[in-house]
Amino acid sequence: MATTVDARGFSCPQPVLMTLQAIKATQPGELVVLVDTDTSKENVMRAAQSQGYVVKDVSQEGEGYRIHIQRG
Amino acid sequence: MRRWQKEKASMAVKNVFASRWGVVLVGAVIGILAPVLQKLGNPGNMGICVACMERDMAGALGLHRAQVVQYLRPEIIGFVLGSLVAAYLFKEFRPRAGSAPIVRFVLGVFAMIGALVFLGCPWRAMLRLAGGDGNAILGLAGLAFGVWIGTLFLKSGYTLGRTQSTSATVGWILPLIMLGFLVLLVLFPQVPGEPKSGVLFYSVKGPGAMHAPVAVSLGIGLLVGFLAQRSRFCTMGALRDLILFRSTHLFGGFVSLILFAFLTNLLLGQFKAGFVGQPVAHTQHFWNFAGMALAGLAFALAGGCPGRQLFLAGEGDGDAAVFVIGMLVGAAFSHNFGLASSPQGIGPHGMAAVIVGFAVCLWIGLTLRKKTV
Repeated sequence: MATTVDARGFSCPQPVLMTLQAIKATQPGELVVLVDTDTSKENVMRAAQSQGYVVKDVSQEGEGYRIHIQRG
Repeated sequence: MRRWQKEKASMAVKNVFASRWGVVLVGAVIGILAPVLQKLGNPGNMGICVACMERDMAGALGLHRAQVVQYLRPEIIGFVLGSLVAAYLFKEFRPRAGSAPIVRFVLGVFAMIGALVFLGCPWRAMLRLAGGDGNAILGLAGLAFGVWIGTLFLKSGYTLGRTQSTSATVGWILPLIMLGFLVLLVLFPQVPGEPKSGVLFYSVKGPGAMHAPVAVSLGIGLLVGFLAQRSRFCTMGALRDLILFRSTHLFGGFVSLILFAFLTNLLLGQFKAGFVGQPVAHTQHFWNFAGMALAGLAFALAGGCPGRQLFLAGEGDGDAAVFVIGMLVGAAFSHNFGLASSPQGIGPHGMAAVIVGFAVCLWIGLTLRKKTV
């Protein structure tokens, strides 16, 4: 099961920091990050890609986004 | 096409400005337009300076009475409204608030105080460098130092907590205030040689008396606000992300702004290298460094440079709006209490204000830490 990081409500750089911390702490194969702004979505996707992850899926969830990333 | 592929495709279409080259392009546009605004009347190396312009607005509204810095700058109005338009056009207007607003207010106050000890925001620091003002090197070094301290807090769990999504009314407050300012500017236009028009104060000499035509300033402000909202342009973020993640994404815009402003200044004959006699600048190196370090720390703790706070406010962020109001109040404190610098040097209480500002920001950074994962 993918680890979930709930970064909704946090402004950048915190969603990125939370994503990178989760990657560093658990080295998950998959990770779901919840964000609520487009800026956070773009920044998290960019950060994940810089860590060798690929964006598997981005979907609208409530007023925000669910970003599903996977180790590439 | 799968949903994420559609999402990726629509991102590519609607958000070309948030790509690496998009940010560079927006930096170039600002770098060209700011010196053009100077050519058209804005003060030297101050084509765009969010801190200076908000200080002038505080003066125009009578929040301080420093007669040389009073003008309701249309650029700032344009930044917020341009961002609002972009946010609505691209469905990114998300009213939100509730993340430690009083702390953001205080950070706005001290960000402005620090910026006015240096005499400029990060945008102006870059424009001063691009105009040949060597004192800007100290300011930019100070900015990087302040942002670096902020990143140490971020790495150790500093957070102002979550925002909550809220009513559109909350997101509309600062744009409506800016619209109100625009109405005041139209109702009470400047009368040549007169220090007051209706309820607004106008400088008859000094930096406040120097400005491009209202329509040009407003038009450029709207354009920059629109582009900056799309690109997420942030000068503090550029340094923060470089230090924190080694990410050069926003830094591309930072470098581009300086480079294009330098070239435009050369073309317009506005480049003059040196430390002494630079427009609206002083040569007290330590205080140029320390003032901007305080501002950089406050920006980092608040999550954005003063321009970015305006653009965030335009897309509905009520907490960024509180930071903006904090900066207006900070400008009033700066000039009412003798904290702001002038070309003669720092104000009589500038040193004390910087020391108090550092103490407050360090206390905020140290005490608002918790695990966020």
